[in-house]
Amino acid sequence: MTEKKKLRIATTSLAGCFGCHMSILDIDERLFPLLDLVEFDRSPITDIKHCGPCDIGIVEGGICNAENVHVLREFRKNCKVLIAIGACAINGGLPAQRNHLDLSACLTEVYLTEPGLVHGHIPNDPELPLPLDKVHPLHEVVKVDYFIPGCPPSGDAIWKFLTDLISGKTPELGHGLIHYD
Amino acid sequence: MTNTFQLDGATVPFEPGQTVMQAALAADQYIPHLCYHPEFKPHGSCKLCTVKVNGRTMASCTMPAEAGLEVESDIDEINALRRTLVKMLFAEGNHFCPSCEKSGNCMLQALGYDLEVHAAGFRHQYPDRPLDASHPDILLDFNRCILCELCVRASGEVDGKNVFALAGRGNSKHLIVNAESGQLKDTNIALTDKAMQVCPVGVILKKRVGFSQPIGDRRYDESPISAQALQDAPRPPSGAEHD
Repeated sequence: MTEKKKLRIATTSLAGCFGCHMSILDIDERLFPLLDLVEFDRSPITDIKHCGPCDIGIVEGGICNAENVHVLREFRKNCKVLIAIGACAINGGLPAQRNHLDLSACLTEVYLTEPGLVHGHIPNDPELPLPLDKVHPLHEVVKVDYFIPGCPPSGDAIWKFLTDLISGKTPELGHGLIHYD
Repeated sequence: MTNTFQLDGATVPFEPGQTVMQAALAADQYIPHLCYHPEFKPHGSCKLCTVKVNGRTMASCTMPAEAGLEVESDIDEINALRRTLVKMLFAEGNHFCPSCEKSGNCMLQALGYDLEVHAAGFRHQYPDRPLDASHPDILLDFNRCILCELCVRASGEVDGKNVFALAGRGNSKHLIVNAESGQLKDTNIALTDKAMQVCPVGVILKKRVGFSQPIGDRRYDESPISAQALQDAPRPPSGAEHD
C-alpha cells in the first residue's frame, strides 16, 4: 500500500508582526502529529523563497506595499485553499491604523520632522517596496476562503481550525477559541 | 385563547403589552439583540433581533406579543442575516479589538463570537473619527459607535440631561455631544450617570481604569452573550418573595 500523500502547506507574513507564526509554533508537540499529515512549502519555517503548488496557503498580515500584493497573488495562484490568519490579514489590523492619515504626511512626520532627527530623509532605495496609499485586508485583493481571527489566534484555535479543515469539516472555533483580540 | 405564542417550537407565555423580546427573555429564551436594553424603550434599529413571524421578518424588540404567533428565531436563514448585520457594523466603523479596552466586555464582539463570525469580509470604510478626550474623567472614542442610541436614551430618559444625540443622515449619521463647543467637558455628564453604563461597545469609557480587569477575565470570557443575556433578563417576581 502506498503512503497517503501529505497535504502541502505554505505560510507567509506580509504586513504583520510574525505573532501569528509564533502562535502556529504554539501548537507545540502537536506539530509532530501535524507533520504526519502535512509538509511545508514556502514558509519562514523552511526558508523556501517562492510558493509552489500547495493545498493550503496561510497568510498573516495585511497588504501595505507592492511586494505584499505580489506575494499574496503568488499564494492565491498556487494554493487550493487560502486562509487569512489574524487581525491584520482580516481587517488590516495595526498597520491599517494609518488609513485615515495621508501617507506622505506619515512619512514626513516619521523621517523628517520628528524631533531628534538630524539629516533625516525618506528611504528611497530601489530595493524597498513602495508603500500603498492604504493598508488593505487580504480579501480586498484576492479571494480568501477561510479566516482565523485573533491577535494572534491561540495555538489551540489554529489547531482546532486546521484539524477541522484537514478532516473535511467546516472549521468552527466556538466560545473560548474565537477571539478578535 | 391563552396568552402564549410559539418561539422555535417552545411555548412562551406573555403579559398583555409585552413585546416578543420581553416575553422571550422572561421565559428564558434568548433572541440575539444589540440596541435593545430591558430598561429602555425599544429602538428597533439594529435589527439583530429580527425574527420570522408567520413568515414575515420583524424586529422582535418592537413587535407586540400576540396569542398564537408562530415565531422563528434560531434558524439558518435568520442567523445568516444577523451575521451579515454584524459584519457590516464591523466594516463601517474602526473596530480594532486588539487595542480596545472594551474587548471582552463588548456586546458587538460577543455577538460576533456567538454567531461564529470569522471576518467582516466587506470593504472596510476606515472612517476618520477623532476622539473627544476633553473631559477629565471620560473618553469618547467615536470610532466604535454603532448608533444604537442607548446613551442617547439613557441620558434623556434616566439622567434627564440629554448629553448625547445622533446627527446627520445615512452614512454620515454620527453621535454628537450637546454642548456649544461640541465637547464633552462642556456638558454636565457625571460618572454616576446611566449614560456611562449602557454603551454596548467601547465609545463611552471611564478614564484610567482601562485594563484593571484583565483580558481573559472579562464578562464574555466567562460565558457567551447568549447565556449572559438570559442571566441578566428581568424576570417576573415570584409570588413567594412578596407579601
